[in-house]
Amino acid sequence: MTASELEYATPDTQRTPVVKLYLGIGLLVFAGLMLVGALMRAAQGATTISIGPEVFYQLMTLHGAGMVGTAGLAALAVNWYFLSKYVRLNQKIFLGTLVLSLVAVVMIVGSILIGKFAAGWTFLYPLPATSLGLWSKGAALTFVGGLLLLGVAFLLVYLDMGIAIVRRYGSIARALGLPMLFGREPIDPTHPPAVVASAMVLIVNVAGIAAGAIVLIMTILHLIYPPLAPDALLMKNLIYFFGHVFINATIYSAVIAVYEILPLYARRPWTVSRPFLAAWLAVTLMVLAVYPHHLLMDFAMPSWMAIMGQILSYTSGIPVLVVTAFSGLMLVYRSGIRWDAASSLLVLSLFGWAVGIVPAVIDGMINVNLVMHNTLWVPGHFHFYLLLGLLPMVLGFASYLSANGQQGRTGRVGAMVYAVGATLLCLSFLVSGALSVPRRFAVHEESWQWLGDVGALSGGIVLVGTLMIAVPILLKLPRARLASISESG
Amino acid sequence: MQISILLVTLLGMAFVAAAFVFVVLNSGPRDEDYGGIAKRGYFIRRWWMIGLCAAGVVVSAWSLVPFPLQASSVESPRIIQAIGRQWSWELASSSVEAGEPVRFRVTSLDVNHGFAIYGPDDQIIAQTQAMPGYYNDLDVTFERAGKYRVLCLEYCGLAHHTMVAEIDVKERR
Ligand code: HEM
Ligand SMILES: [Cu+2]
Ligand SMILES: [Cu+2]
Repeated sequence: MTASELEYATPDTQRTPVVKLYLGIGLLVFAGLMLVGALMRAAQGATTISIGPEVFYQLMTLHGAGMVGTAGLAALAVNWYFLSKYVRLNQKIFLGTLVLSLVAVVMIVGSILIGKFAAGWTFLYPLPATSLGLWSKGAALTFVGGLLLLGVAFLLVYLDMGIAIVRRYGSIARALGLPMLFGREPIDPTHPPAVVASAMVLIVNVAGIAAGAIVLIMTILHLIYPPLAPDALLMKNLIYFFGHVFINATIYSAVIAVYEILPLYARRPWTVSRPFLAAWLAVTLMVLAVYPHHLLMDFAMPSWMAIMGQILSYTSGIPVLVVTAFSGLMLVYRSGIRWDAASSLLVLSLFGWAVGIVPAVIDGMINVNLVMHNTLWVPGHFHFYLLLGLLPMVLGFASYLSANGQQGRTGRVGAMVYAVGATLLCLSFLVSGALSVPRRFAVHEESWQWLGDVGALSGGIVLVGTLMIAVPILLKLPRARLASISESG
Repeated sequence: MQISILLVTLLGMAFVAAAFVFVVLNSGPRDEDYGGIAKRGYFIRRWWMIGLCAAGVVVSAWSLVPFPLQASSVESPRIIQAIGRQWSWELASSSVEAGEPVRFRVTSLDVNHGFAIYGPDDQIIAQTQAMPGYYNDLDVTFERAGKYRVLCLEYCGLAHHTMVAEIDVKERR
């Protein structure tokens, strides 16, 4: 590092403590919510346990909101950790975001488990206000208020990240590499991919959270004063814009772990280039514009939006398949890479992300959506992204941070177990979707139930794999110090 | 239809998986000449990119022309109102003839519901959203006689999964 780089960077002592806190909490919550997921699938299988619809839909809301929120926080930790290498971030603000988020979590969990709120994590208007007596207005307000607080917590740390980036790079656009992309500045191979990704995440997620805040506030107003009833289609647009952007931003944040760690293993550089910058600019725009693929079955939407939704769904996959996954594979090919827990998980994450694009793009076609929309096909594709993409990024990062990736045989076997279980789980969702099994059904018809059992079993396998990786990490994390060789080498 | 979709998807996924397996199996021994690897990689990548774009253009054109959601050109389909509410369907008529073009005019009285028609073999044949304040027209021509069902495919609360209606499709007279 040069002197000027050190001047901008966050002091080393401040980089890890709060990140460890995020990861420790995140891993515990992930494991707990996986158990909830496996229980749901078992309930749909109906041979091992039975859960009443009331509790099922509460668990579904808990699993959805909890996983999305935790994914957001864990991905933020990855993003913050690596960004702090290049710009000076404020550890106190980062901690403040965590504290606010935990308050939000208490509100969300309380509204579900005590208040019986069960409108799903997407809180699709006007369901929160129309439970037919199942949950109270207070429970709905607490849930929606919790999500709003979570959004505020994110905006807080994004503000700090944004200011720090502008201080060092002049503007968000410059951090995204636009002057280099358009030839106004020469390509600077030392410009960190982590900064490019951070800029993208800031742009899309601030927009996404802003839309989320608007729709949450409108929902609150409607709950307090029901005659104030906004248009249902408008609300749906806002909700899916927010939901799509937020969950996608988690992956684009967490992939920074791959950019930063995989090159250390492969002993080859992952540097910015024109295709890299073009891909990230394209992704920035497409993540913002592609959400209408959630509304293909709303025929009241203008046709051009449906067409745009279908086409952008396809093009959104190209940067990942052609740039990120491909570059990752190039990096690994004949690199003599050391396969340990962290490197296996990071390569697995690229696989999960890339392979999940296939069912996603296919479901993004209007013709297919007519028969696949809101079947289990949909959880099938996004569990590929999240369970097999995002989570291995986070786990790989945690493994690297706590143990330099070296978790011995248990770690390697754990990664294998995880990969097998997760693939099986996702495939069982896809097959269910192809058999027209609806998503979000507490009770499944007899002919669908065997798939629930397969899913529950695979969920159990995933959980075992997760624990094999996460427990040693959790035990080591508090005392872990990064060996400096792997940081610089 | 769904089974072909599944097979195409699995094929695509197997292709991605094969690329990863190939690289993982060939991750060693180390080749110090990364420049050479990158050069070959970029060559492959260019064609991979062109191939994906070409496939995208072809598939988009094939699947979007004619636009799949346009109400079909049938002159005067039989119109059947379908109203969803927590937690039941109200169909203006639940009996149609095979081969008769039907237009379901779908809406909701309370929250969002999903109006999905399941064939006698329990596969979805078509769907649309049932949304308060909006009418969505879904054109269906039932080819075969039999018992069809309408299931709710948008989560709408406690009894979402029990929101079922039947449509009796009779042999053409
Ligand atoms: C062992 C691992 C997991 C299992 C067994 C599991 C299982 C499930 C099940 C059964 C559902 C409901 C499917 C339905 O609609 O009937 C579901 C939904 C969902 N899962 Fe998971 N899941 C797992 C991991 C994850 C992870 C890691 C994430 C995200 C980081 C995640 C995010 C979601 C989301 C957002 C939903 C949608 C909830 C909704 O429809 O409201 N899941 N999962
Ligand atoms: Cu319904
Ligand atoms: Cu429903």
